[in-house]
Amino acid sequence: MKMEVKFYSGNVAAAEGAIAAGCRFFAGYPITPSSEIAEYMSRRLPQVGGIFVQMEDELASMAAILGASWGGLKTMTATSGPGFSLMQENIGLGAMTETPCVVVNVQRAGPSTGMPTLVGQGDVMQSRWGSHGDYELIALSPSSPQECFDLTIRAFNLAEEYRVPTMLLMDESTAHMYEKVVVPPADKIKVVERKRPRVAPEKYLPFKPARNMVPPMACAGEGYRVHVTGLTHDERGYPQTTDPEVQEKLVRRLCDKIRKNERKMRDMEILHMDDAELALISFGISARSSKAAVNRARKKGYKVALIRLKTIWPFPEEYFEKIADDIKNFLVVEINYGQLKYEVERNVGKGRVHHLPKFGGAVHTPEEIYAKIKEVYNGN
Amino acid sequence: MEIEAKHHPMDKYLRADRIPHIWCPGCGLGTALNCFLYALEELNIDPDNLAVVSGIGCTGRIAGYLNVDSYHTTHGRAIPFATGLKLAKPDMKVVVFSGDGDLFAIGGNHFIHAARRNMDMTVLCVNNYNYGMTGGQLAPTTPMEARTTTSPYGNLEHPFNLCHVAAASGAVYVARWTTLHVRRLKESIKEALNKKGFSFVEILSPCPTAYGRRNRSPTGLDMMKYYQEHSVIKHGIDPSEADIEIGGDIIVGKFVDIEKPTFNEMVKELIEKARK
Ligand SMILES: Cc1ncc(C[n+]2csc(CCOP(=O)(O)OP(=O)(O)O)c2C)c(N)n1
Ligand code: SF4
Ligand SMILES: [Mg+2]
Repeated sequence: MKMEVKFYSGNVAAAEGAIAAGCRFFAGYPITPSSEIAEYMSRRLPQVGGIFVQMEDELASMAAILGASWGGLKTMTATSGPGFSLMQENIGLGAMTETPCVVVNVQRAGPSTGMPTLVGQGDVMQSRWGSHGDYELIALSPSSPQECFDLTIRAFNLAEEYRVPTMLLMDESTAHMYEKVVVPPADKIKVVERKRPRVAPEKYLPFKPARNMVPPMACAGEGYRVHVTGLTHDERGYPQTTDPEVQEKLVRRLCDKIRKNERKMRDMEILHMDDAELALISFGISARSSKAAVNRARKKGYKVALIRLKTIWPFPEEYFEKIADDIKNFLVVEINYGQLKYEVERNVGKGRVHHLPKFGGAVHTPEEIYAKIKEVYNGN
Repeated sequence: MEIEAKHHPMDKYLRADRIPHIWCPGCGLGTALNCFLYALEELNIDPDNLAVVSGIGCTGRIAGYLNVDSYHTTHGRAIPFATGLKLAKPDMKVVVFSGDGDLFAIGGNHFIHAARRNMDMTVLCVNNYNYGMTGGQLAPTTPMEARTTTSPYGNLEHPFNLCHVAAASGAVYVARWTTLHVRRLKESIKEALNKKGFSFVEILSPCPTAYGRRNRSPTGLDMMKYYQEHSVIKHGIDPSEADIEIGGDIIVGKFVDIEKPTFNEMVKELIEKARK
């Protein structure tokens, strides 16, 4: 097996990443700007023995990937804003029932139908808590087709390891951009499989966590006869809908298995941090403009750093706590009117977190960001 | 006299440690479940090779009492969940057991599309004319003029005839019975389980608590009497002629039994071709 170099769009790279990670089931409903992923998967999956099905809507797509995941397959769907809203219902079911799966959201400008063909980054908060109730999940954000490939693999690995729906928070620009993508040989790609129970069915408690807080998963037809419910349940998987202690134990674990393993999920690109006074924080396509602006500012002597988040949720709180005292000002660059900004503020304190919004439909230019860097840096 | 604890003859399919169940006295759900269990037993279905998926509602609780791989999903989404499961596990029997509101109001779109695709699964729908679990509200099956907690002056909406919907959407097997017809119901469930493709059995079932007492059938027995006096067996009739009206006859029987390639078979063929 050899390394290959491909020329992929972000959407195709995400689809190929999924296949490389072992995805063998895709259910989806067409929506711009994600449709190419479904189209590509409909052609590609059968070639590797996988199953593609176009469902009647996104409610069904999300439900189907949960069902197929319980059938033992690695599963994925892809959508954009309006479809992502419909998926929230069963993303919640996936969080509650600890079902590994990957949801790609190619962000476009919203709210509502918004600007179907144009870029947005307004689903940052929705990808964290778009469904009701207390839970945590994982969201990754690629900035290039190469990262669409790499982070989709990582999304599957994290989904399997932590038994949680994992979001790939893409954006229209990255999805439609074509770039070189290096595809390593299959045996060089790290692929994680969900842990299976090692005890006999009589001894198996389907929701009893292992040491990493994640229960080993028995899928359908394996003789474990698991009951899976979206109701609050005990370690046997049985509904316990009137016992607050069972609720507390379950919800704590669902959240803590993500929060307390944050360091293992952490992934960011950090540039010029050593002597920095101002740190830009960005992700996805806006991080590329940010990087260009930061490099230009550095050349002009501004002590500016870039923190590009590849894992957005769980947010690297510990890291920000650590750097909070070393950095004078923060500047969050994102294509929305303030979402990640609030998370940064929450972690480093208000007053010194500046924001450069963009309202969707266009990407920040490096010039705009450079101008803002100068403004913040010079304190005016 | 001492009362001796007895095991239910169908215990091997049940999670005995989850009994007592939540259902009301006089409810038809126990009967519906029992017919299903006897069907499994008579077909000698291996519990390890069966998955049951439910939505939300009193009927939706059935999955949780079964000692098989069982999935209690979200309201209306049992069918798409089961679609994913069946595609991933083509050799397992997949049954959706859920309520009329779950399958035909919030989940109606999934029902018609799974039938259209001829997804290989058996859908058992308990039709109690209302939303039992939430306190007896109007359902898409509530007969016209019937009183529910959200149609206190009488229902103004034309109800769905579920068998007609199923047949028109492409189901290959369609039957309707009441919980009075235990033997025929069990036989129909067996036929449905043996059928390749999308099979549908509607089970009319009393809900004395939430529906009956507002509609002159305050006990389960009243509704059973009604079934006895008004059921007319008409096998093979066009299900469009089997509407349900308040005070009218209830037409029961097997309405559709046809052959058609299933989605699962076609997916399998496609994969074989694509891999060559
Ligand atoms: C999205 C959503 N909306 C509403 C509800 C509340 N709810 C629970 S069960 C139910 C109706 C169930 O009716 P049916 O399917 O006929 O089941 P039955 O209780 O009559 O057996 C409703 C509306 C819910 N659980 N989820
Ligand atoms: S409310 Fe109706 S359907 Fe629900 S358990 Fe009671 S009688 Fe049965
Ligand atoms: Mg009902």
